[in-house]
Amino acid sequence: MSLQVATANRLDDGLVVFLTANGGWSENINDSRVADGKEAAAVLLQEASAPELDVVIVGPYLIDVEQQDGGLVPTKYREVLRTKGPSVRQDLGYQAV
Amino acid sequence: MYRYDDFDRQLVEERTAQFREQVQRRLAGDITEEQFRPLRLMNGVYLQLHAYMLRVAIPYGTLRADQLRALGGIARKYDKGYGHFTTRQNIQYNWPKLDEIPDALLDLSKVEMHAIQTSGNCIRNTTTDQYAGAAADEIEDPRPYCELIRQWSTFHPEFTYLPRKFKIAVTGSPNDRAAVKVHDIGLRMHHNEAGETGFEVVVGGGLGRTPFVGKTVRDFIGKNDLFSYLEAILRVYNRFGRRDNKYKARIKILVHEEGIEKIRDLVEEEWAQIKDGSLRVSDEEIAQYVEQFAPPAFEDLSDDSPELALHKAEHRRFANWVQSNVIAHKQPGYAIANVSLKPIGGIPGDATDVQMELVADLSEKYSFGDVRVTHEQNLVLPHVKKADLFALWSELDAAGLGTGNLGYVTDIIACPGLDYCALATARSIPLSQRISERFGDMDRQHDIGELKIKISGCINACGHHHVGHIGILGLDKRGKEFYQITLGGDASENAAIGKIAGAGFSEAEVVDAIESLVTKYIDTRDPGERFIDTYRRVGMDPFKEVLYGDR
Amino acid sequence: MAIVKNDTVIEQEWITVDAEGDLPASDENLIVPLARFKEQREDLIGRNGGLGVLLNPGDAPEDLADDLDRLSIITVNFPAYTDGRGYSYGRVLRERMGFKGELRAVGDVLRDQLLYMHRCGFDSYDLNVDGETALTKVRAALKEMSVYYQPTGDGRATAASLRERRANATGKAF
Repeated sequence: MSLQVATANRLDDGLVVFLTANGGWSENINDSRVADGKEAAAVLLQEASAPELDVVIVGPYLIDVEQQDGGLVPTKYREVLRTKGPSVRQDLGYQAV
Repeated sequence: MYRYDDFDRQLVEERTAQFREQVQRRLAGDITEEQFRPLRLMNGVYLQLHAYMLRVAIPYGTLRADQLRALGGIARKYDKGYGHFTTRQNIQYNWPKLDEIPDALLDLSKVEMHAIQTSGNCIRNTTTDQYAGAAADEIEDPRPYCELIRQWSTFHPEFTYLPRKFKIAVTGSPNDRAAVKVHDIGLRMHHNEAGETGFEVVVGGGLGRTPFVGKTVRDFIGKNDLFSYLEAILRVYNRFGRRDNKYKARIKILVHEEGIEKIRDLVEEEWAQIKDGSLRVSDEEIAQYVEQFAPPAFEDLSDDSPELALHKAEHRRFANWVQSNVIAHKQPGYAIANVSLKPIGGIPGDATDVQMELVADLSEKYSFGDVRVTHEQNLVLPHVKKADLFALWSELDAAGLGTGNLGYVTDIIACPGLDYCALATARSIPLSQRISERFGDMDRQHDIGELKIKISGCINACGHHHVGHIGILGLDKRGKEFYQITLGGDASENAAIGKIAGAGFSEAEVVDAIESLVTKYIDTRDPGERFIDTYRRVGMDPFKEVLYGDR
Repeated sequence: MAIVKNDTVIEQEWITVDAEGDLPASDENLIVPLARFKEQREDLIGRNGGLGVLLNPGDAPEDLADDLDRLSIITVNFPAYTDGRGYSYGRVLRERMGFKGELRAVGDVLRDQLLYMHRCGFDSYDLNVDGETALTKVRAALKEMSVYYQPTGDGRATAASLRERRANATGKAF
């Protein structure tokens, strides 16, 4: 079973965020709460989809991640791009910081 | 050019205020995302991969200098210093914040611009020939009719929740530069037997996952009747278009499933009941709109410009640029200058704030403050004196805007793809950059001649790959990007949907595959033949063979 | 649930019946789905109470051509606000068929669509909120815009008609 984290876009500025261990949302995937296994993933998604979060974030969903060099990396390229920014503009997005 | 009057201005201001209030209600939690989504979409606000995206309407691709300058200002103030011109002649910004978008829209409203109906299941921005009012081959300037369509379709109370989006394109020239046959409705101006000017009405064209070339629903509709006829088509579509499956909801599917004869019957029956009603536009009203688009104050010039000939002889790159990017104008001594947004290795359609402001300035200096946006993601200065072309090009070139590649192999249409778009399955831009670099040599491009490569990063076909002479569709195959090639597509008056050549290519293979196609064309062409001509003459097989050999 | 009509919250005086099942007493005011109306037309128009018809998406308002005078109300169902067929039904009923009775939007009727409904001929709105909230929403929605491009049956002046009026008054175009 793969590891999963919950992601969404923040309502006010639209930037990519991840659900953290203490129930907040972080721009850094490494702050994510990681679900290991089906049940934990279901709980994570339920928490990310709580109706009261509709004023905080938009479109929560789960993504598969792997541990790599002490950090979390999405397994799908689309999600890798979301953690970094456009591959054609490396001066923009989180990768630029 | 059309200037807003107080009614137009008031409408946009009210809309801006309305959206500000809707954003406030959303941020306060009074409406849910589900309820807000269609409202933001109808104001051009998407949520993309990295952030929100704001798409601003450029009605029929026509901009005044002050408007383009304002677009540059928006890029700087609310975004990250650039914008992306789209295949719908619009511009989109990739990083606006939702809570700042109402301010951006307020800034836009001050130059008579907005983001109305740039998304959502409504009638979208009407597109047309980027050379309208300037082209030598034009029957009549189509923009007065586009403006009337803009007004008729803006906040149309009946057609704001259609089964799916709806796109109308108009050409006033027999040489179709607006791809009208691949729109929900395409209007082609022509003369009937009585010598009157009107429109052929083509319906049910479109790209996406089920591409179709549209079919003629009526060979001729007079100008006065155009709007009631459009309303009849839209009413038939609104009532009978499929709503059970969003992939079958476009009017092209209705036309395909019911047949054009049945659709024609329904439309004609509907039209018969409304044609004498309040949508009939009088000759006087049309004349007022034609007057709004009256030609600028051209000077009486000889069509021959010794200065131009001299500069061409002295500057080879300039001569190349003239050959590819300068188009014949209807007015002697003037020319249409295309500003390529496809620098070799660059991102197709992107322009910086500074570039936008420069083109705005140059348009005032050389083109009566008139700028156009093309569906092929370039800009146009439509009314430039031939004698000024060298000065114009020199200033463009200094800002990285002087590439002479219009219509060539490096003038690639590419959608934003997976680098920006939430729907994409593969990246488009990096592939276009690599193709551009491969063929970047100017002599080679001139030798290859007209060759339209169009790249989409998913089946929705925003990059028009179906109508590329060479089309490329990016897909996801078990987590890896791969690219399917289609050949023989054409967006012109000879519209055709390209055919899939065969199995897709990996990211590493695809540029070589394109080069092998080009080489085959060069080896096979008869004198004067473009790629598409050769393809039509020899068919798919020789090209398939260089791609796949015995595979 | 609250119904707003003519800037007032009004009582629900109608019973909407299902496609099948027994009909209520003869003097009740009934709204009947179009399909059932067509099936039981004779029985229904012989009753004492008021009569109305419910149109669902896919129905043809033209089917009511011979009976409009008998109907005090037509309700048009918007099962989801994104299903815009009801807007066409409203305009066909009002502008083409000349229906003069109450035209009520029911179903997923939300604030941000009310003005469009109004412009298409609806004059009452059944909202899924309390009366005061419903009235506030309807009032806000109907005055949100003051310029219209399309001539519809609601009689609001269009930009084109105002331009013409001004041109006639001042003697110059635009």
